Amino acid sequence: MLHLILKRSALAIPSLIGVVIVTFLLTRALPGDPAAYFAGPAASKEAIEQIRVTLGLDQPLLVQFGRYIADLARGDLGNSLSTGLPVATEIRTRLPASAELTLLGLLVSILIAVPLGIFAATNPGSILDHTCRVLTTAGVSLPVFFTGLVLVYIFYYHLGIAPAPLGRLDIYFSPPSRITGFFLIDSLIERDVEVFLASLKQLILPALTLAIFSLAPIARMTRASMLAVLGSEFVRTAKASGLSPGTVIVTYAFRNAMLPVVTTLGMVFSFLLGANVLVEKVFAWPGIGSFAVEALIASDFAPVQGFVLTMAVMYVILNLLIDILYGLIDPRVRIEA
Amino acid sequence: MKRRQFLKSLSAAGAATALPLPAVWSSANAQARNETLLVVTEYAPNNFDIHGVGTNRPGYEVTWNCYDRLMTHGEKTLSDGTKSYDRDKFMPELAEEWHLTPNNVTFKLRRDAKFHDGTPITAKDVKWSFDRAVTVGGFPTFQMKAGSLEKPEQFVAIDDYTFRVDFIRPDKLTMPDLAVIVPGVYNSELIKKHATEKDPWGLEYTKVNTAGGGAYRVTRWQAGSELVYERFDDWKSGPLPKVKRVIWRTVPSAGNRRALVERGDADISFDLPNKDFAELKAAGKIAVVTNLIGNGIGYIGMNVKKAPFDNVKVRQAVAYAIPYQKIMDAVLFGLAGPMDGAKPGSPLQTAWPQPHGYNTDIAKAKQLLAEAGYPNGFETTLSFDLGFAVINEPLCVLVQESLAQAGIKVTINKVPGANWRGELLKKDMPLISNFFSGWLDYPEYFFFWCYHGQNAVFNTMSYQDKEMDAMIDAARVAAAANDTVAYDKNVQGFVKKSFDEVPRIPLFQPTLSVAMQKNITGYRYWFHRQLDYRTIAKT
Repeated sequence: MLHLILKRSALAIPSLIGVVIVTFLLTRALPGDPAAYFAGPAASKEAIEQIRVTLGLDQPLLVQFGRYIADLARGDLGNSLSTGLPVATEIRTRLPASAELTLLGLLVSILIAVPLGIFAATNPGSILDHTCRVLTTAGVSLPVFFTGLVLVYIFYYHLGIAPAPLGRLDIYFSPPSRITGFFLIDSLIERDVEVFLASLKQLILPALTLAIFSLAPIARMTRASMLAVLGSEFVRTAKASGLSPGTVIVTYAFRNAMLPVVTTLGMVFSFLLGANVLVEKVFAWPGIGSFAVEALIASDFAPVQGFVLTMAVMYVILNLLIDILYGLIDPRVRIEA
Repeated sequence: MKRRQFLKSLSAAGAATALPLPAVWSSANAQARNETLLVVTEYAPNNFDIHGVGTNRPGYEVTWNCYDRLMTHGEKTLSDGTKSYDRDKFMPELAEEWHLTPNNVTFKLRRDAKFHDGTPITAKDVKWSFDRAVTVGGFPTFQMKAGSLEKPEQFVAIDDYTFRVDFIRPDKLTMPDLAVIVPGVYNSELIKKHATEKDPWGLEYTKVNTAGGGAYRVTRWQAGSELVYERFDDWKSGPLPKVKRVIWRTVPSAGNRRALVERGDADISFDLPNKDFAELKAAGKIAVVTNLIGNGIGYIGMNVKKAPFDNVKVRQAVAYAIPYQKIMDAVLFGLAGPMDGAKPGSPLQTAWPQPHGYNTDIAKAKQLLAEAGYPNGFETTLSFDLGFAVINEPLCVLVQESLAQAGIKVTINKVPGANWRGELLKKDMPLISNFFSGWLDYPEYFFFWCYHGQNAVFNTMSYQDKEMDAMIDAARVAAAANDTVAYDKNVQGFVKKSFDEVPRIPLFQPTLSVAMQKNITGYRYWFHRQLDYRTIAKT
């Protein structure tokens, strides 16, 4: 297993190098001029030149790239001009916020979509099957920021049962001390139930927004793959042997139907990370997506590069995890590196 | 810090812990909420120090609240009952008194004022701070220069509590410029400890630390999402502020900023679109204060260096083809001052901004175009900054529609915020929608930056005219010499010229609005258009 992981990780190195080069070039190719932007409203040409020199942007591209690589080798991702902090610090504090939200969203989505898909598959053509279809299509068709705003409007503004969309914690709570960066886990480690509940409350609406968006692919994939498996011979045999429907569906059918579902989960997780950007904007979530978009708008190179690099690393890890999961679910799958 | 400790630190007496648990929560919570102000805005500061590179507007607010200036402005009540800073009245802040002569001004500092770390504030800190402002370059140096504050030799620390500024030329703007955000007083010894060879003025340190002696200091900061100000209880430069703690959260979605204040969760909501302010005002549940932005104008600028806008008749034709009233109603929702509609033949004022005589008259526009040799109109491009799309986008569409009636075909060019300044500097966009406002509220200041032949970046039209320059320069000299007759004559002269030749068409005077709970008092409009927490109270 270790050998496999190492081999797969080594394979990821060329793609990471590619990502580093491409993001560097892309950010430089952007039409914006960070020096003009950060020189402030009253800048003269000289003032802008001065800032260009301070930022090292007057150097030839190759020199800038060399400097960037040298910094990168030391683990230094540069400084963000728009927030004024090192990018590595920003990513370290913001990534857990995004990850906590995305993972919870995915979890909620799985808890709804998988049973829904199984039910739809076992009763094809029923009212529930159609409801499932309509629900998931609607969920994926509505843009996430819209779903988010509607949820805020209903549950916060009108009903007043959801907390204010003010980020990860109500302002009168202090965040738990940083262990994993996940508020839910950190507060449990500290046995602070109040903070746990408070951060859970803040998480419900944004996680639900993400879940609604990602219901469709999971539910549809579960349904399709369950239908295929339910029609296969071993299921017929199991049924004929008089096993209870529950055992047939869960033990025999579902386990075999899971492989494509897991593949879909990997895909859904990655596009949820993208959808996160908009959800973070709506719920004032201090995550990594909104940070990257703001940096992009300000032509703030370092955070954009850092963000893309982090995402690339995360994708590599995610793919690796999914491959390993394959092996666990279906022993027949042997991964060739 | 755990929640309980946090609340405890807020409650007046530590004895509260002896009470049964639920009581602690409710009483402490209520108290915390009364002394705590929750403010929501669209953007977060990127730097606590206005002397830093690229400090944004929210960053100006941190500098304003956490550092003292020598002088501040008094307060006046405007005709609509709202409060504003008083441009003409200077009040002591760190300086108790000052003595102004034609060649210099001498300040006597307070003897009891201390920085947040307890070090007494002395004249050498003031000198060091002013030296820093004129040396670091970029915006602070530029702003100091606007008041003829250019060289470190101008600043003299006579003794620990006496400080003198020598003038290099008579300039009426020197005193007002000493009361803007830039000349704050910094803790020189503390910052020097954190200075490096590469960064001799310690800008990296003050970027994320407040090293001043102002009424507030920053005690918690999470970049991009939250900032907490704590009152500095030893503050001597004014009456102790009522609000003990300000929690400032960044909420990017305008809809949520509105919902938060409507639901009563946020005390103050900043940067809402005009539409929301107009609706909140009409609903009446929330106090909305709207003030005209002094010396600020939204305008259409025409590049006079390029055909067809090098022809004054074409420019006048465009001025007659602008749908002023539609812009006021549909874009600004009435929350702006009109810049059109001066009665024909009415005398010019010395106040600025003031309305011009153009109105929407398509027939006249067509006639002028024909006279200029463009009977069939022409094609051009109207550019705007996407960073201010809420106003710019509908405005440009209305202008496009209206100019089409006069035969001018306009293509709209949306420029992303990051590129806008770079594009402005190139000075080759033919037609733009833009906004300018000056901190120092004087007409000659506005014209010096926007119309003078020195061709600053704000002279977006590249307008150069010797007669105009002469009048602007003469007005500055007259102001410094207190010669009101010459001053009025020249101000009216350059205003008239700017209207006759219309290189830029003033569209409206924008407003700054703030939505607050009704129990918030003491809000005051400031030229810097940010919040000053020192006067705000929650009852």
